[in-house]
Order: sequence, then structure tokens, then C-alpha cells
Amino acid sequence: MVPPWHEKLASIEATEAGLQSAGYIPSRPISTAVYLAHHLQKPILVEGPAGVGKTELAKAAASWLGLGLIRMQCYEGLDESKALYEWKYGKQLLYTQILKDRMGALLGEEPSLEGAMRRLHGVSDLFFSEEFLEPRPLLKALRQPEGAVLLIDEVDKADQEFEAFLLELLSDYQVSIPEIGTVRAEVAPIVMLTSNSQRDLGDALKRRCLHLHIGLPEPRLEARIIATRVPGIAEALRRQLVAFVQQMRTLDLKKLPSVSETIDWARVLVLLHVRELDPGLVRETLNVLLKFESDIETVEPRIAELLQAARAEAVPVR
Amino acid sequence: MEGMAGSAAVMEGPLLDFFRAARGAGLRISPAESIDAVRAVRVIGFEEREALRDTLSLVLAKTPAEKRAFAECFERFFSRGSFADDELTPPPAAPPATSPAGGEGEGGGSALGRLLLANDQAALAAEVEAAAASVGLINISIFTQVNLFTRRMLDRMGLAALEREIAATKDADRANRLRIGRDRLRERVRDFVQQNLLLFAEGKNQEFRERLLTQTRLSAIDRRDHDRMRVLVRAMAKRLATQYGRPRRRDRRGILDVRRTLRRNMGWEAIPFLPVWKQERIDKPKLAVLCDVSGSVAPLAQFLLLFLFSLNEALAGLRAFAFSNSLIEVSELLERLPIEKAIPEVLQRIGFGSSNYGQALADFEAGWLGILDSQTTVIILGDGRGNRNPARSEILRRMAERSKQVVWLNPEPRTLWGTGDSDMLRYAPHCRVTAVCNSLQHLERVISGLLRDGA
Repeated sequence: MVPPWHEKLASIEATEAGLQSAGYIPSRPISTAVYLAHHLQKPILVEGPAGVGKTELAKAAASWLGLGLIRMQCYEGLDESKALYEWKYGKQLLYTQILKDRMGALLGEEPSLEGAMRRLHGVSDLFFSEEFLEPRPLLKALRQPEGAVLLIDEVDKADQEFEAFLLELLSDYQVSIPEIGTVRAEVAPIVMLTSNSQRDLGDALKRRCLHLHIGLPEPRLEARIIATRVPGIAEALRRQLVAFVQQMRTLDLKKLPSVSETIDWARVLVLLHVRELDPGLVRETLNVLLKFESDIETVEPRIAELLQAARAEAVPVR
Repeated sequence: MEGMAGSAAVMEGPLLDFFRAARGAGLRISPAESIDAVRAVRVIGFEEREALRDTLSLVLAKTPAEKRAFAECFERFFSRGSFADDELTPPPAAPPATSPAGGEGEGGGSALGRLLLANDQAALAAEVEAAAASVGLINISIFTQVNLFTRRMLDRMGLAALEREIAATKDADRANRLRIGRDRLRERVRDFVQQNLLLFAEGKNQEFRERLLTQTRLSAIDRRDHDRMRVLVRAMAKRLATQYGRPRRRDRRGILDVRRTLRRNMGWEAIPFLPVWKQERIDKPKLAVLCDVSGSVAPLAQFLLLFLFSLNEALAGLRAFAFSNSLIEVSELLERLPIEKAIPEVLQRIGFGSSNYGQALADFEAGWLGILDSQTTVIILGDGRGNRNPARSEILRRMAERSKQVVWLNPEPRTLWGTGDSDMLRYAPHCRVTAVCNSLQHLERVISGLLRDGA
């Protein structure tokens, strides 16, 4: 079945423009990946350092396509009953209690045991039917009539067994529930998996996905991202700030500042009504960019030098 | 697939060659992935180079390292076709109108000669490609084959006929131009073969070398291979670390976890259909490593230390000691410096002396016996040849009593243990494991065993 949003993904350019309209500035490989994910019906595995916008991509795609975003956060010990479906035990118990009398009425007239069993067989499936099924994110995503964006976040945090369990879903967009049968997606959802590379994912999983690596952005792209995410910022400041962060990334730090930190910093600077970066100000707000004490200690003595380099290099944007 | 024959099939030829080249560059491309790639390229098309590159990279390359290798290979592969537009295009100083189809012998000379005289680059390029295909150039695997393949391709293109034509031509100017054309052609075919060697053979050779290296005795490894070895060791350690880096549990079958069993069987009014066993944590190993860095064992020590320090995340604690005739702690040094610098530093401080195991053990007992507890595994790496000094094996016994276990790795084959000045047989009774360890393969086997059982 062709979903109504099929039109929107007509070309790579359209995808790029669409993501931009949702406030996400994609690089070329990113829009290619989203475009292909739909046309090949393959999930995207997004890897990259924290804070480069992996989760954001899924959100932007969902809001652009007008689809619901179904998010599943992975963690150690996540299993089928939390990811796929569970029976509503309580409801089942309650119903058996309520229907007890009816059971008596139903079976009462049957003289033989075999007959009673036969009758019972006729109704037993009642309790293992859709009525009593509690859908969890994965099943929910498959059953959306319009399709959905399914985000399986930080899949590297889940156990290896869970990864194996995902394979059926990822390759065929279907899952098997023993009591009911196979549930197939009417409209294949757009599936995105993210990973911070805490551990290496299995080859089987990787093979089923398009592998998208989002790295730290180049200056031009980062400047555009800042421009869309922090609209109030003056152009000169934006250039300086991006150049400064780019300079900082050349240092040997424990955790390099990524885009989300740059955005936070830009917001802080706007709040403080800053017009131009100066060493004192940078020193005071450094903790927005750097999350480790040792990193701050590394950068602090070199702020002036970095600023100078940044000023020299501040690239004109478009 | 059958739906679109003809043009699609023609387009996919180069794609298949590219997969081969990419495999050569070290990417692991499964058949399923190549099918996906072909499907993806059908959606994207060949028109835009950048889109093609992004697409193939999405489907084929699955780690940042592979992405880099991929980009390189892609550039090399698709710039290979530029045979036609060389800088040499100005024709060899001749009016192209020399085609009154000379009265020579067999109607205008050989086909190759005509192409060279007309300087028809496109046709020449096509000829080169065809010759490459017919001699199976993509099977080239080592550099010594370059001349062979060049020769074969030129033969296939009709070099012999060309030579005859040059010899037979009476027109000196024409012969001269043919000769220049021939030399130029030879050079280009050679370059072409060279490029293909880079493209298709590099990975194969590397793979072969690496397989060889994992099996070679570590002490026999050449200094120039050390860099490659370090990469290999790191890769191995990384593999083990990802496998064992997270806390692991194992079921203690038979011991019921009542609370979790009830929870699990809630759906059946807590009638325990599905028992849940209590679990025990498999602790990450805590290691104390004593490395002999005297002349005979030093190369091995270097790789063992590299291995262990690359394993960091899979270990709960690691203390390293080095000794030859006395013993010092080197953990701090190894943590502070990158391993390439740290190892020579260690060797310089204490290495390459003649080993004295008794003294080293005594030093350890005096200084660090306190670090051993019931969770610590002691790994000793050495040949156990103490140069006739007292063996002091009673110290090793005390160490074994205090620690969880002692593992002795010996680079010598088992038959040599106890011969000459080897005290190995005196030490062996106190060790839970004694193993021969002199290649990377051995090293990996021993260490992964330790990690698996949570030593």
C-alpha cells in the first residue's frame, strides 16, 4: 500500500528541503539515507558521537511527514514483553471471574466431559485475542494505519539477545505472536535505530540496515544549524562562535563538544545579550560546552589563543 | 531482477567489479549486501556521482573505519576510467588526415596501428578495457605480476601485428609515429595494470599477511611489522572487550529465585510453570601481571602488555610489573604514555638484563604481596629460566594461596620445560594454568579463556 506521504519523498532534494522545513539541517548523506529508507523499505542505523542529532533526525522526519513518532528507549534487560506486546493478565483474570457464572450456564447442560471440553474449546481463544493484547512500541508501530516513524533509541544499550529479536521486525516489518499469528505492517514504518557505539552491534543487525554515520559537522553546516535552531543570534557572533567551537575540536579532549552543546552555548550567549566573544566571557560559560573538569582545565589557559584563531578563520556563511 | 535486462545489466557490470574492489579494500560485503546495493543504485541511478557514493556508502560500509576505506576505494575505482582523457592527448605531431589508408601490405596495417595513428583515445580505452577483461586482470594479486599482465594485454591488443607493421613500413615518418604510439600505449597499459593491482590486490595481500602474523612466533616478528601487529592486537582486544565489557550474569541452575519466579508467572496465578533461577554475576577479572622483560621474552611481553592495556574496559583492575633481575611496577607508566612509547621506556629501565626469577618474586613479595586478594588473577609471563639462581618457588606458593589463581604463560614449547636452567617444573605445581604462549593466536586464546570464566 502506498502511504499518503509517499509523494513527499519524491527525490533526495525534496527530502532535504522537507527535513529543513522541520527545523533539521541535514547533510547530503543524511537526506539520501532517509530517502532510501523509504524507497528500499530498510531501517537506518544511525551512529555517531552523543549530541550530533541522531534522535533529532527521527523527530524531524516524523513531524515533517505528519506521522506519529513511536520511541523505544533501549536498556539492559529490555525484553519482548516490554518491547512488543504483553497479555493483560489482570483483565483476563477479572473477566474469568465475571464470566464464571456464564460458564456454568454454558456448560451446565452438557452431560459428558468430552462435550463440555468441546464447548470450552469454542470459547477459550476469547482470552488470547486482540482484546487482551497490550501492544508495546514495536507492535504499535506496525499497526499504525498511516505508517509511523519508529525510533529504537540507543540499541547498543540493549542485550545481544534483544538485538537478535529485532531481526525479524527489521527485515520483513513483521512480528510473530504465538497465540495470534504474524502481524504484518500495512504501511512499512520508517525505522531508525541509534547507537553510541558502546559496544559493537552484531553483523546480522548491521546487514539489515542502511548505516548512517553522523560525525561532527563542518563549519558551514554547523553555522546553518545554529541559524535555524537559535534564530535570535547575530550573524557575526554566530560565525565567531562556530569557528571557536571548531577550533576547540582540534584539541585533545575527553569529550569534544558536539552540535547540541554548540546550540546550548549559542542560547546562553543570546540570553546574556553578548555581541562579541571575549576571553572572560568564554571562561565563565565554558561549562556549557565542556562536561569534564579535566577538559575545562585543558582549554582554559588556551582560550585567548583559540579565540584569535577563531576570529581569523570565521568563515562567511552563504 | 529479470524485469530489467539489457541496459540495467550493462550498468551493473561495473558495480560488480566495484564490489570486488571494495572487498579488496577490506570491506566485508556479503551477497545480501551487494543485492541491496544494486537495488539502491536502481533507485538512485548513476547520474550523480555524489549521490551514488552516499548510497553505496550507506549500504556497504558499516563502521567509520569502513566508511573511510570505502571513500578511498570509491575515488580510486571511479577515477580509473579516466584512461581516455590523459594529459598526453596532443597527438604525436601529426595531421590526423594521414589516412589515405597507406598502400602498405594488408590494407592500412594492423587495427591497433590505425587506432594509434588516428589517436582515437576512446577506442583505445575500450580496447584496453576489453583486453583487461579477457586476460582476467581483476585476478591480479601481487606486484610481480604487473609485467606479465601488461604483456598479455598488449598481446591481446595485437602488439605482434603492430611490431610487424613497424618493421615493414618503408615510410620513416609513419614508422616513427607508430613507434612513439606503441611506447606510449605500453606505458599506459602498465599504469592501468598498476592501478588495478592497487585496487584489487591490496586487501588480499594484507589479509594474507595478517593471518600469517597471528601465527608467527612473536619473538620472530620483524620490527617493520610491529605497527601492523599493534593494530592487530588492538583489534583482537577490542573484540574481546566488547564481548566481555559489560557486566554479565549466569544462571545458577537449580537455585530458584522465588521473587522473580512469582513475578514471571503472575499470568498463571503464580503457579510456577516457568522457573527463574538465581543468577550470579560474572565479575570482570582483576589482574596482576608479572612480565619477564629479559632479552629472550621481551618481544612477547610487549604484546602481552599491549593486549592487556587495550582490554581496559573488560577488566576490573590491572597492575603490571616488569622484571629481569629485579622487579618494578610499570602500570602507571603504561597508563600515562601511549603504548608505543611506554614499552621502550619500560625496557630501558629494566629490560634486557639476565633474568633472576627468585629475586623478582622476592621483590614482589616484599613490595606488593598486599595487592593480591581472592579476586585477583596473577599472570606470569616468562620462560622460567633463572640463570641458576635460586628459584624461590615457595614465594609463588604463597602468592597462589593469597590470590584466586596463578596463570603462567611460557613462550617455550612444553618439551623444553625443565631442561637446562629452566625452573618451570618447580613453579608449575603452584599454577592453575600453565600454557605455551608464543603467537598472537595463543595469546588471544588464553586471554579470552580468562575473560569467559571471569577469572
